[in-house]
Amino acid sequence: MKSDLSVNITPSSIQLKRRNKWTKLIPYLFIAPWIIGFVVFTLGPLLFSFVISFFDWPIVGERKFIGFSNYITMFTDDPLFWHSLWVTVKFALFFVPINIILALLLAILLNQKVKGSSLFRTFFYVPSVISGVALAMIWGTVFDGEYGILNYLLSLIGIEGPNWLNSTSWALVAMVIASLWGQGTMMLIFLAGLKNIPQDLYEAAEIDGAGKIFQFFKITVPLLSPTILFNLIMTIIGAFQQLTLALVLTGGGPLQSTYFYAMYVYENAFKYFKMGYSSANAWIMFLIVLALTLLVFKSSSMWVYYENEVKNEK
Amino acid sequence: MKRKKSVRKSFVYGLLIALSLLFLLPFFWMVMTSLKGPEELSQFPPKLFPSEWHFENFAKAWNSQPFNLFLINSLIVTALTTIGQIVSSTLVAYGFARFKFKGRDSLFIILLATMMIPWEVTMIPQYMEFNLFGWINTLKALIIPSWFGSAFYIFLLRQFIMSIPKELDEAARIDGANVFQIYYKIYLPLVWPVIVLIAVFNILGSWNDYLGPLIFLNDQSKYTLTLGLAQFKGVHDVNTSGIMAVTFLISIVPLVIFFLAQKKIVEGAQTTGLK
Repeated sequence: MKSDLSVNITPSSIQLKRRNKWTKLIPYLFIAPWIIGFVVFTLGPLLFSFVISFFDWPIVGERKFIGFSNYITMFTDDPLFWHSLWVTVKFALFFVPINIILALLLAILLNQKVKGSSLFRTFFYVPSVISGVALAMIWGTVFDGEYGILNYLLSLIGIEGPNWLNSTSWALVAMVIASLWGQGTMMLIFLAGLKNIPQDLYEAAEIDGAGKIFQFFKITVPLLSPTILFNLIMTIIGAFQQLTLALVLTGGGPLQSTYFYAMYVYENAFKYFKMGYSSANAWIMFLIVLALTLLVFKSSSMWVYYENEVKNEK
Repeated sequence: MKRKKSVRKSFVYGLLIALSLLFLLPFFWMVMTSLKGPEELSQFPPKLFPSEWHFENFAKAWNSQPFNLFLINSLIVTALTTIGQIVSSTLVAYGFARFKFKGRDSLFIILLATMMIPWEVTMIPQYMEFNLFGWINTLKALIIPSWFGSAFYIFLLRQFIMSIPKELDEAARIDGANVFQIYYKIYLPLVWPVIVLIAVFNILGSWNDYLGPLIFLNDQSKYTLTLGLAQFKGVHDVNTSGIMAVTFLISIVPLVIFFLAQKKIVEGAQTTGLK
């Protein structure tokens, strides 16, 4: 900047300056689509949602500022709020760890030097391209209490399967199973992480006489921990946004045993048209997801190992 | 030692095969159920294979609702959102990766942070906003927002562009190319692998999307396939073979895309994981 000032102002340098002004604008032109989209479709709605969460805001009719009433009602006078939150937490408690362990197990199996591993990879991944309604439809048929294949197979080994989707205790388990089917992306991310672990570490451990289980917990898990962290956060966020499956498969039933928090938000808005109340619900969800993510991040310094950490500290 | 190794190998194979069967079972059941006749649907215990293959189930189910119309709507939405994402996300990513400007780093952090916002928070105001714009009950509500870039795609592209040596555009600049020419003549071809990946992600996401259409569309004439399928189930709840037939037909697009782009998806997962 300083050298700019010391230059004599001549016609050609004025021209250069004008040109500079233009060049300065160019980067903003490139990112303009995102900035406009961010303001119009994210920031604006976000602020608006925050504002109307302090209003009684029916879709038609009079809107009234009511301060914190929506939030107070939610916590003190709405059993469905606590119920749906509990359903979501229960789902997450099962789904998040099982999903990560399953994806990691599959990735480890695929990483063994076996023939046809790319074929197996295809089998494990292909369900992940089916999601939403189609996935719900398929699993609805599989889980059918009488005519479904799952209970048929269970009967072959002498187990009488439950009436999955019509049972208050099994419907949520069915949701977990159906969701596990789509673990493919996570498996691929783990597989990529495993491929990045230097082989000589295992060879050295082998020479030292370390067993496979020791190697797994002392080499694989620490070196994979950043990937585990990434997957953990993505799964927690995903668990809280679980909606389509419940909407299509059970409608939240039976007896609201699969009434997820996202469904609670959705129904308050688009079934009961309480836009203000529903916005307050959504903000609480946002805060919970944010808090969980931060918690996982904070705790990560205790268990996540970064290979470059030492190098970067220089 | 050798023997121990071969025992381990067969254990791994056994596990891989058993798990594969479990993962493929729902597909198998979908196809078998779609081909059964009405009397076999309510036969207990169920039969694994239909005794007669009712291929006519497919046409019958498809024609019982205006699925052709839903197909056209789905194709329009998927095509236009994908093109929109590619055009806008590449422009924005190039801007973030190749220029120095005031506020760049904080803007990029904001961009990353937007990935954390649950859709439920913005869905209600978006609905009201689109109502104001007159987009409710039109495909515009699903298409137009995708022309303003998506944080995740921009992130993927930016990481890729940053790994390309800068000398390339300096050489081009000396040859007299301006920034826009450098963008589409040099960078677009170079980032092609990531563009393919984004296209795949977006086609799958848009094709499978249910909540967007559910909230923004009312008239049946505007329905996409997922909405049509959910409606079909509401009307023909007991016609399991029809539901499975339509589900199968709708799943063809994602399955074909997957088999065409399998390699890209696997490579893409690696870029995603290495944050």
